[in-house]
Amino acid sequence: MKDAFGTPQSLLILGGTSEIALATARRLVARRTRKVWLAGRPSPALEQAAEHLRDMGADARTVPFDALDAESHGDTLGALFADNDIDMVLLAFGILGDQARDEDDPLAAVRVAQTNYTGAVSAGLICARALQTQGHGSLVVLSSVAGERARRSNFIYGSSKAGLDAFAQGLGDALHGTGVHVMVVRPGFVRSKMTAGLDEAPMATTPEAVAEAIETGLRRRSETVWVPGALRVVMSALRHVPRPVFRRLPV
Amino acid sequence: MHKGDTVTVMSATPAPESVSVSGWGRTAPSTARVVRPRSQEEAVAALRSCAERGGIARGLGRAYGDAAQNAGGAVLDMTGLDRVHTIDATGASAASAAGGTVVCDAGVSLHHLMEVLLPLGLFVPVTPGTRYVTVGGAIAADIHGKNHHVSGSFAHHVLALDLLTADGTVRTVEPGTPLFDATAGGMGLTGVILSATLRLHPVETSLMAVDTERAADLDDLMARLTATDHRYRYSVAWIDLLARGAATGRAVLTRGDHAPLAALPDRARTAPLAFRPRRLPPAPRFVPEGLLGRRSVGLFNELWYRKAPRSRTGELQKLSAFFHPLDGVPHWNRVYGRGGFVQYQFVVGYGQEETLRRIVRRISAHRCPSFLAVLKRFGEAGAGWLSFPVPGWTLALDIPAGLPGLGPFLDELDEEVAGAGGRVYLAKDSRLRPGALASMYPRLPDFRALRRELDPNSLFRSDLSRRLGL
Repeated sequence: MKDAFGTPQSLLILGGTSEIALATARRLVARRTRKVWLAGRPSPALEQAAEHLRDMGADARTVPFDALDAESHGDTLGALFADNDIDMVLLAFGILGDQARDEDDPLAAVRVAQTNYTGAVSAGLICARALQTQGHGSLVVLSSVAGERARRSNFIYGSSKAGLDAFAQGLGDALHGTGVHVMVVRPGFVRSKMTAGLDEAPMATTPEAVAEAIETGLRRRSETVWVPGALRVVMSALRHVPRPVFRRLPV
Repeated sequence: MHKGDTVTVMSATPAPESVSVSGWGRTAPSTARVVRPRSQEEAVAALRSCAERGGIARGLGRAYGDAAQNAGGAVLDMTGLDRVHTIDATGASAASAAGGTVVCDAGVSLHHLMEVLLPLGLFVPVTPGTRYVTVGGAIAADIHGKNHHVSGSFAHHVLALDLLTADGTVRTVEPGTPLFDATAGGMGLTGVILSATLRLHPVETSLMAVDTERAADLDDLMARLTATDHRYRYSVAWIDLLARGAATGRAVLTRGDHAPLAALPDRARTAPLAFRPRRLPPAPRFVPEGLLGRRSVGLFNELWYRKAPRSRTGELQKLSAFFHPLDGVPHWNRVYGRGGFVQYQFVVGYGQEETLRRIVRRISAHRCPSFLAVLKRFGEAGAGWLSFPVPGWTLALDIPAGLPGLGPFLDELDEEVAGAGGRVYLAKDSRLRPGALASMYPRLPDFRALRRELDPNSLFRSDLSRRLGL
């Protein structure tokens, strides 16, 4: 069960090698979280992440999970929820793709969309239903500012996050009053291995800062969290910039 | 039931829908099917309908945390069982100190009992800071009041109770049995309390004769309480936890007893047992977050301390003003805003005064904006295995849940409390670390063993029991 500050005792991470997700897990394990499931494609990195959380005192396990294999989501996630109460699900999987290359390789672009969007739709719906049955819990969805307004430089990734963001918002409204809390997290540029080698955008942040914002959002039962918080103002201004101008902006 | 409470009232017959349920602190809500039985038979039927996620009884929802929530399962709203069956008032005469007894349903509130009993010259044996708790809840949390140092906790005055257990049978449980000791303070996890027989206290009037005095700091306060508490039936001290420096722990002591008829002025003697508590308009539904910040609460505490007389004796106060000042404002818990608040109450034994001093200094240094903090001395412990009161000092305080760093800070206080052999109060808890529980409640293994035997499928379950692994 979550405590008065929204801190979960059990945590399921979908996308168990995500740096933001693991920073969040470390933060929550240091507070109350005792059980962690890291779901992801089996890999040494996934096992290492679980090992690290075990060193911190958590009961951490890995679960084979592939975002692209939507058919298997029901069985994999259903089995987890059947045996355990899960206080928080962190939907963290996603790939950035390579915009320049993906524009010439439609199948690669589709893979970005399928991972970030359709994979999340299937996993999100299954988790939402399970949380609703247990009558409590938080579904935290890692979206991105890139989904707020598509940009020339990464609209494939951006459009997939836009779909995910809209889906998560709608799901949050659908679950309002059911005891299940859906929180959409929109970080800006996060310095991590996913963005290694890219030019840093203004207001860049870190996985640790996103983790801290998630913990605060859980306490406040927020529906939307921007990281850093000032991005909310910046993006609401950018949203209203006319297309001809926006197109020329160096963002 | 209190009008417009967090729980929507439903009868047992139509299929109940899921509603959001939270404690008085309004943190960590969860949804449950709320069923409201109107009779013992309906309660038995409701229990049978508790599917795989179990059920838990709920009274008027005054537990601060998640004790009367059951995510995804059933919550039995017991306020429908609201009949007072019999009152034996033979001992209520002024000459006799015996008092009387009452047999009533578990859903009867202490407010209703006072309305019924006061005209007969009887009073509930123990009342907490609110009248809006049910008899069932009072037993399940084994509540205490300002008279604990004289009278003990609520369950001490229970002569018998009817308990609906997991096998669907109704058992009459008497003090001195393991089931009684597990149920008193057992947070509803041994079964559903259906009715109880209570011993009552005789009174001549519905007024209180109150002595008020101020204490300049914590040491002064503890010295005054230690020296003269035994002279009063009721004793409590409001403490200003925002005061710093030399004033740390300054307090206002209010202590007294039921006023005898002879103490009343002539015009009050015509209706000495009248019970007419005043009610103000309810707190607004939406209160901005942070209304109760350090500045506003600091100002309130300053004024509250200053307005109290340095020393005044024999002042006549209404029962409700002395015992339940906050009941005058329905839904006062809303003043903390959407984020809700946390109550922290602990007890440390006599001889652990240094721990108490250290904790008060730490709270003061942390600047917790608390305007409801009270310090009291407990008397003898009851028999309940998970019953909270043990002989010693108890401090209770309210803190807005949104205060930055509050979670880790309270964890540190837990360690101080546990290190001194003390404990925190489960009826108020919403955040304790499960591992900290065993050292605070040494009878926990017995409690768990009894539950395993009596309720092998864990039919009785609450968010509290899940969170702490009770």
